[in-house]
Amino acid sequence: MNLFSSLGPHAAFIVAAYAVAALTVAGLIGWIWIDHRAQKRRLALLEMGGVTRRSDRAAGRPA
Amino acid sequence: MALIDLANPTRFLSLARPTLPWLAGLTAAVFAVGLVLTHGAPDDYQQGATVKIMFIHVPSAWLGMFGWTLMSAAALGTLVWRHPLADVAAKAAAPIGAAFTFLCLVTGSLWGRPMWGTYWVWDARLTSVLLLFLMYLGVIALWRTVEDPSRAARAAAILTLVGAINLPIIKWSVDWWNTLHQPASVVKLGGPAIHPTILLPLMVMALAFTLLFLTLHLAAMRNEILRRRVRTLMLMQAQAAPGSGS
Repeated sequence: MNLFSSLGPHAAFIVAAYAVAALTVAGLIGWIWIDHRAQKRRLALLEMGGVTRRSDRAAGRPA
Repeated sequence: MALIDLANPTRFLSLARPTLPWLAGLTAAVFAVGLVLTHGAPDDYQQGATVKIMFIHVPSAWLGMFGWTLMSAAALGTLVWRHPLADVAAKAAAPIGAAFTFLCLVTGSLWGRPMWGTYWVWDARLTSVLLLFLMYLGVIALWRTVEDPSRAARAAAILTLVGAINLPIIKWSVDWWNTLHQPASVVKLGGPAIHPTILLPLMVMALAFTLLFLTLHLAAMRNEILRRRVRTLMLMQAQAAPGSGS
């Protein structure tokens, strides 16, 4: 007996609910990961252009 | 290290960096256990296998409300103590809370159709949760509309605290009004009204979803701190540019 038929007559609703949950969570993770990469890239570009915060210059670390 | 020391964004980032992989790993492990328990959970004697939707619907509902509670606490931090990370925490929580509230609405709808015969009714519980989702969208829009983060933080904090009135309405709507939605069956006086074979997977999934929320929130806060650093550096760059008048 496969998973779908073991879920009874309302299997489509159950599978749809889990699919939406998986897509929503994957979307959140993807969005946060892409955002992190974008911010890191923008910071690196600014740093390459010689723009750094005073506190970073004093501590000798990148922004 | 005192808790107040974490108010320093640089220190927060140095703490978040090593914590995130461990938190993400723990989240994945608890989700794996939760999904195995969910798969093995028995069908409900009335609802059949559709009870499995509860394992994602109920945690989503709790976290939708948890997100707004967290934002309300952060709003107090912004307005009363001007905590440097309070508005970062509030802004980072809004899209995550909105996503879980969206998930609650959609999974509830998909559970309601086979059990109630309808995807939606305008009863107090469903309507107050829809209102919570719309308020999340409003706060996100406000953050995006006001360019200065500190001004946006104050406006969003006031809106958040006003919106917190909706939280007890959501919680007790099923007791105050005659609703199609069932009354509380887990967090209630006299203990849960759910059999342990279904309660255990629900609790494990709730823990997994909570860990997921905390992991995503930590990562989103880190992103927001970096975004503000980028903004600061871009302003410095613009001020240093020839012809800027500085």
